Amino acid sequence: MRTISTTVLFSFQQLLSVICGLGLAWALQSPALAQEAPDVFMQRLSTDMLDTVRKDPALKAGDLQKIATLVDTRLVEHINFRRMTASAVGPAWRQATPDQQKRLVEEFKVLLMRSYSGALSQVKDNYTIVVKPLRTPATEAEVVIRSELRGGNEPVAIDYRLEKTPDTASGWRIYNFNLLGVWLVDNYRTQFSQEINAKGIDGLIATLAERNKANNRK
Amino acid sequence: MNGRLIHGMVLASLSVFSVGCASLPDQGLNPQDPFETTNRRVSDFNDSLDRSLLRPVAVQYQQVAPELLREGVGNFFGNLADIWSTANNALQLKPMETAETGLRVAVNSVFGVYGLFDWGTRLGLQRHNADFGQTLGYWGVPAGPYVVLPIFGPSNVRDTVGLAVDMEQNLWTSVDPTATRYTGTALRLIDRRAGFLGMDRQLDQVALDKYAFVRDAFMQRRKAQTRRGAADKDDGNGAADSGKEERYDQ
Repeated sequence: MRTISTTVLFSFQQLLSVICGLGLAWALQSPALAQEAPDVFMQRLSTDMLDTVRKDPALKAGDLQKIATLVDTRLVEHINFRRMTASAVGPAWRQATPDQQKRLVEEFKVLLMRSYSGALSQVKDNYTIVVKPLRTPATEAEVVIRSELRGGNEPVAIDYRLEKTPDTASGWRIYNFNLLGVWLVDNYRTQFSQEINAKGIDGLIATLAERNKANNRK
Repeated sequence: MNGRLIHGMVLASLSVFSVGCASLPDQGLNPQDPFETTNRRVSDFNDSLDRSLLRPVAVQYQQVAPELLREGVGNFFGNLADIWSTANNALQLKPMETAETGLRVAVNSVFGVYGLFDWGTRLGLQRHNADFGQTLGYWGVPAGPYVVLPIFGPSNVRDTVGLAVDMEQNLWTSVDPTATRYTGTALRLIDRRAGFLGMDRQLDQVALDKYAFVRDAFMQRRKAQTRRGAADKDDGNGAADSGKEERYDQ
């Protein structure tokens, strides 16, 4: 009698924990349990993106509509566009109104996606991404991940700056990107301040919007 | 020897043309770019030369020349450049890069028929480009201000000197007769330009000010390439400075 009730109780507990576990994972993406080391996360994410592009001829050809969808569904949650934009704008960011900030983020995001789609259209079938071992402990709030794109006749260095974000599934978000030694966000800083000095924050928003519109016409 | 002398003179006069015109620093806004006004003018010149001559020829070349031939051209001159890259990797005390690039030259020169076929890449031997400007930077020579050279494009004072040495050392520079040498050089230039055909429009699309975008990217890249210390242990082009970024979004 005792044996039976223990068994029943045990299996009920098990069932309960499974249900709870599933429910939690589904509802909250269970951040505490699912978080990865940043280098593991980047290896998974970049391999996944590369594989997706390889399998889809439209993506490989640089189809902007499809790339936008891919970025929105698979990548956006892993990128902190707000931080990237603020960093490119610099000190003037603090003077911008919330509405101006929102528009800056929107326009810069579109512009960055343009660069990204250009890079994706260059992907060849034999390309692989090799993420290098971490230099700093993964317990740091911000880490630099270094990787190499291999398959062409020379290796292409691609690095990322990641910040720890307890609220996302992986636990990490990208806030800067480096291609061949060039940090992308930093590379916009002078151009942005030129615009702001000449025409103010609204001028920069207008220039970004104009550039994006012109790109869409092509 | 005569050819080398001419090469050197051409390059020297080009740099005098671009730097010399701006011997008095321009009163630009950017203290990092004292020759900005002249640089922008030379950039415009390069762009119009590209639009009117180099790009159309490269497009024709890509359409007319069969892929196998184009690959052969790229491989052949790439192999010649790899020889000098190997030397520069050695001068920068990078044993892995020296060995890999050197082995590549050996494999491609012997089995690839003077470098026409790139067996090295297929065997997993990757190229590690290294030039003399990089070597100078590695040993502490400062880059100096940004300079845009006619035809050659983005550079800085140090790398202009480096480029002169690079050209001097390239085996193709001593090829005789002269006609063969110039034809080869032209072919190499067109082939390289053809390799960028897919990407050249993108630069116009992602930059707000193309000149500033190219300048900042070039300066950042050269800095990364010449950075010493823990960074160049496993590659010379990584973003080693893992210093914290100032953030404005909080």
